[in-house]
Amino acid sequence: MPYLSGEDTVKELRRALSNPNVQSDPLRYRNTITKVIRAMSQGVDVSALFPEMVKACATVDIVQKKLVYVFLCSYASLNPDLSLLVINTLRKDCQDANPMVRSLALRNMTNLRLPGLVEYVEQPLSSGLRDRAACVRRVAVLGWAKLHNLQPETETDAAVVNELYSLLRDPDPIVMVNCLRALEEVLKEEGGVAINKAIAHHLLNRLKECDVWAQSDILRILERYCPQTEGELFDILSLLDSCLICVAPPVMAATLRLFLCLCSSLPAVCHSALERACGPLLTACGSSSREMRFSALAHIQVLLGAHYKRFFCGYAEPAFIKQRKMQVLVELVNDENVSMLLDELKGYCTDVNPETAQAAISAIGRIARSYSDKCLEILTGLLGLKQEHITSAVVQTLRDLVWACPQCSDIVCTTIEGCEQIIQDAQGRQALLWLLGAHGERVPSAPYALEGFIDGVRFEGSLCVKMELLSAALRLFLCRPAEMQDMLGRLLHYCIEEESDMCVRDHALLYYRLLHCGIEETRRFVQMRRSDPGLGVLIGRPQQSINSWAQSFNTMQPLCGATTTPDTSTRGSPEHTNFYPKTNLSKELRTCQVDSTPTEEDFFCLETLIQCSLIPVDSPYSLQAALQLVNIQTMAFTPTSAIPWKFYMYTHTQPECSTKTAHGTLILAELLYSNEAPDVDEKPRDEPALMGFLSILSTVLNTVALQCENSQQGKTQLS
Amino acid sequence: MICQFFILSSKGDHLIYKDFRGENSSDVVRVFYEKVTALPGDQPPVVMNHKDVYFVHVKQGGLFWVVTTNSASSPFTIIDFINKLCSLVKDYCGTLSERSVQLNFALIYELLDEVVDYGYIQTTSCDVLKNFIQTEAVSSRSFSLFDLSNVALFGAETQQSKVAPSSAATRPIHQREQGKSEIFVDVVERLTVVIGANGMLMKVDVEGEIRVKCYTPRCSEMRIGLNEEFSIGRSQLRGYGAGVRVDECSFHQNVKLDEFESNRILKLCPSQGEQTVMQYQLREELPCAAPFRLFPTVERDASGRLLMYLKLRCDLPPKIAAINVEASVHVPKGSVSLSQELSSPDQSAELKPQSRVVVWSIPKVNGGTQLSALFKVDVPGLCSSSLLEVAPVGLSFEVPKWTCSGLQVRFLRLSPVQPSPGERWVRYITHSDSYTIRI
Repeated sequence: MPYLSGEDTVKELRRALSNPNVQSDPLRYRNTITKVIRAMSQGVDVSALFPEMVKACATVDIVQKKLVYVFLCSYASLNPDLSLLVINTLRKDCQDANPMVRSLALRNMTNLRLPGLVEYVEQPLSSGLRDRAACVRRVAVLGWAKLHNLQPETETDAAVVNELYSLLRDPDPIVMVNCLRALEEVLKEEGGVAINKAIAHHLLNRLKECDVWAQSDILRILERYCPQTEGELFDILSLLDSCLICVAPPVMAATLRLFLCLCSSLPAVCHSALERACGPLLTACGSSSREMRFSALAHIQVLLGAHYKRFFCGYAEPAFIKQRKMQVLVELVNDENVSMLLDELKGYCTDVNPETAQAAISAIGRIARSYSDKCLEILTGLLGLKQEHITSAVVQTLRDLVWACPQCSDIVCTTIEGCEQIIQDAQGRQALLWLLGAHGERVPSAPYALEGFIDGVRFEGSLCVKMELLSAALRLFLCRPAEMQDMLGRLLHYCIEEESDMCVRDHALLYYRLLHCGIEETRRFVQMRRSDPGLGVLIGRPQQSINSWAQSFNTMQPLCGATTTPDTSTRGSPEHTNFYPKTNLSKELRTCQVDSTPTEEDFFCLETLIQCSLIPVDSPYSLQAALQLVNIQTMAFTPTSAIPWKFYMYTHTQPECSTKTAHGTLILAELLYSNEAPDVDEKPRDEPALMGFLSILSTVLNTVALQCENSQQGKTQLS
Repeated sequence: MICQFFILSSKGDHLIYKDFRGENSSDVVRVFYEKVTALPGDQPPVVMNHKDVYFVHVKQGGLFWVVTTNSASSPFTIIDFINKLCSLVKDYCGTLSERSVQLNFALIYELLDEVVDYGYIQTTSCDVLKNFIQTEAVSSRSFSLFDLSNVALFGAETQQSKVAPSSAATRPIHQREQGKSEIFVDVVERLTVVIGANGMLMKVDVEGEIRVKCYTPRCSEMRIGLNEEFSIGRSQLRGYGAGVRVDECSFHQNVKLDEFESNRILKLCPSQGEQTVMQYQLREELPCAAPFRLFPTVERDASGRLLMYLKLRCDLPPKIAAINVEASVHVPKGSVSLSQELSSPDQSAELKPQSRVVVWSIPKVNGGTQLSALFKVDVPGLCSSSLLEVAPVGLSFEVPKWTCSGLQVRFLRLSPVQPSPGERWVRYITHSDSYTIRI
């Protein structure tokens, strides 16, 4: 009845429900109740009909009963007093001869979710545990878990817990697995159900009787069991071997996870388990449900193999699957398949979906780090298409490539001419400007390209592009002064006189004053790294130990990490990219994190005094280098002669897989020389990480100071 | 663990909502829909999270089937469960559509109640569930004149009475009034092919399955006989025989394989509803010629238009025909209009500027025939490099009565012999939605 408002509907339904003629005709009564439920699921508030529905509950018609229970469970919390009236009917039903009626009553009694009704429910639940029919026991067992979560503070009766443990021996497999689930919830504070040898072996022996869902739950709980001897461990593994190649993906994944957990100290066993599970995982990758395919793809990245053709994208596959597949393909590249793979990836570059196209281009860029010739050929060919989004993605890829392998720069320099007219988006232009600035001496038309940008700077919207333009113009000026002098003058004039953004203005002013100091001084200052040899040739996947990802296997984690944005590390100029903290520090900083969103309150300020011998203020660069070794990045420092001398730095912890938040902690620090007290800002608040940071910082300071003393001693000895 | 379950229509209407654990507010439905609509394109990622709530959804029958869960749950379990639930609903309601879900919401609530308790999956087996499910399904199929075509004139035996109506397998399993005892065995193969510009097969994948859909209330044992020359794996290649080979093969856990090695017979006791009895894969090579070949010519004509001359050859056996063939050709950006010359009037072609494709649809192609089409596309500012953008042609098609691998069902026997002679149907279909031909 779409033309009636919610209120009218309720009024209409109430009249029908309380009509004695309707009540006496079972079919009409049921139909009216169906109408109520329909209105409810369409979002109409029908809670006002509660009293009428309570009356409708007392019936012998099971279908009607079920419908009424759906209604009651939805609205019970709004009418706790009236719900008391239902309890009597429910308790009577618990005595019914029909087991289906008993289980139905018991289930809905516990689904009402009213703490006030607990005392009425306990007795039928207890007798339900000893019921003859399995379906009643199933419901009763889970009922205790529901009851416990209704009043989490009250301890569940020890007798009940014992009874639940004894029901693990129940002949019905669903009762058994429900017992496990219920105990897991009831004993949450004690760390879940206790798995001893007897229980573990009992569960393993009965695994075959259970269905897919029960099996995967049992396997998950068995992770907690540690076999006492190696012999026992291998017995378990051989028992589970058939599950590992099971057709059902849930069981296969749960078994693999259990294998990885049990054999965390035996890497060879883990590897052979992975190899064995490879087949079923690949089958899941080709499953007809695309959601299942995605889930399998997200997990298969951990398995390398010669199955690269399975990861070629299908024509009608959704973008999220295509991008995932490309990530896998990049990791599978080797000498034999590289040309095949590149051909395939080339096909995706012209995809209709711009994000897929970008992902394909950046995948080619990743491969180019080891197979540069073929890839550069493809990338150059793509520039010929003169498509806006493709050109932009290619230029960004080229920039990253040049940064990682400087030997490519010659070819890149010849290809980027003429791109400036096509690229529209800020990120692409930023990348182009960086290339022009860094390698401008080898691009004949670089000054003309820059001229176009400088003429249009007035209408430039993006802050990043303006900043990049300033640096590029200055760098190009240093190597091609004759062509650039006039242009640079115009740019600086505009930025200093007319630009409203403080950041750009300051930057321009800095360059202007720098130029006043003389050309050599400037050159020394803006001389920059053109590549990062540290990145080196990166191909294939860095070897990770299995234990590092076993914890997140078969959870939501790998699927969520699969955001559709391609490689985020390629955004922004390479120098500004944050390098991920490597081994030692992240170990220290990887600690529990407090769940919070970064609001103002999460800033946390601390002032500490670090006992340290004299820091040689005349060597900030050595300090910077030393800090970089432990992944503390320098933001700025004052000139050496200034007192108090200040040094700003930051670092961040890596988000940890097992915690709920996906954010790392950002630590900002200020080192004040005059009284040696660093101020530390931190977000979000993370005590242990902070302590770790401070201890590392003081170690570094002490080491640097020690080194300097040594070298000074050396100097004095020399003189 | 499943916290909540809901079904949304593609427009965002709430069809079904069930909260199993009462831990999250019902607000999540709105949050989910906002997340889905905020994303560009029509392909939201399968897993999304909002604070601690993880949404896993599957899109089937034009509906969103969504489960909210926590981060430790197994994605395989959840996704498999949603798929299983979809097929259960399909079994019980006949078809999967917004209308059938709306009509049968009471049944679906009842089903959910039995399948999941407190977020834990109890059972999804049709045999167990049929004891508990009481509500009758409402069939959403409206009366259609086409159904009458099966009624024989004056009771005469016609050709048509030997063919099941196409909607026969889309009815609810428990319908007492028209409880005809029928069994459908479907051999379905999904083809994924990439053909290179030189005509070489670059990638072939055949995913096949045998599905049994059973409407017979009592059936103790069913025997499905496959081709006798059926072999699994690479090592058993046998000379030049008409052998049927697959690379990998897996069976449903209820299938008894004691006669499989000797006679290639599958024995099972089908439960009511639909189940996949056997799945198999074939990689790298096809036992027959690839069903379609395309010979394209792409050039620029004097007036600056893009000319595409496509010749499509169908290499299927002569008596077999492919239906619903759709070829989509990517055209350069900025394509404005299209004029076409097609080889027969029932074909049609259309330019879709948003997705930059020309879609050429052909209702039916007979095996061994060849079709051609000439497309002239107006592209302002066409240059030679734009020709490179005429990228792969994707075909989608269905081929009834044919399997790519050659797998056939020799016989289908039910024992004990049914008192009322039930009807048994065997259907074959090969379909593909990603048959890519590089240019």
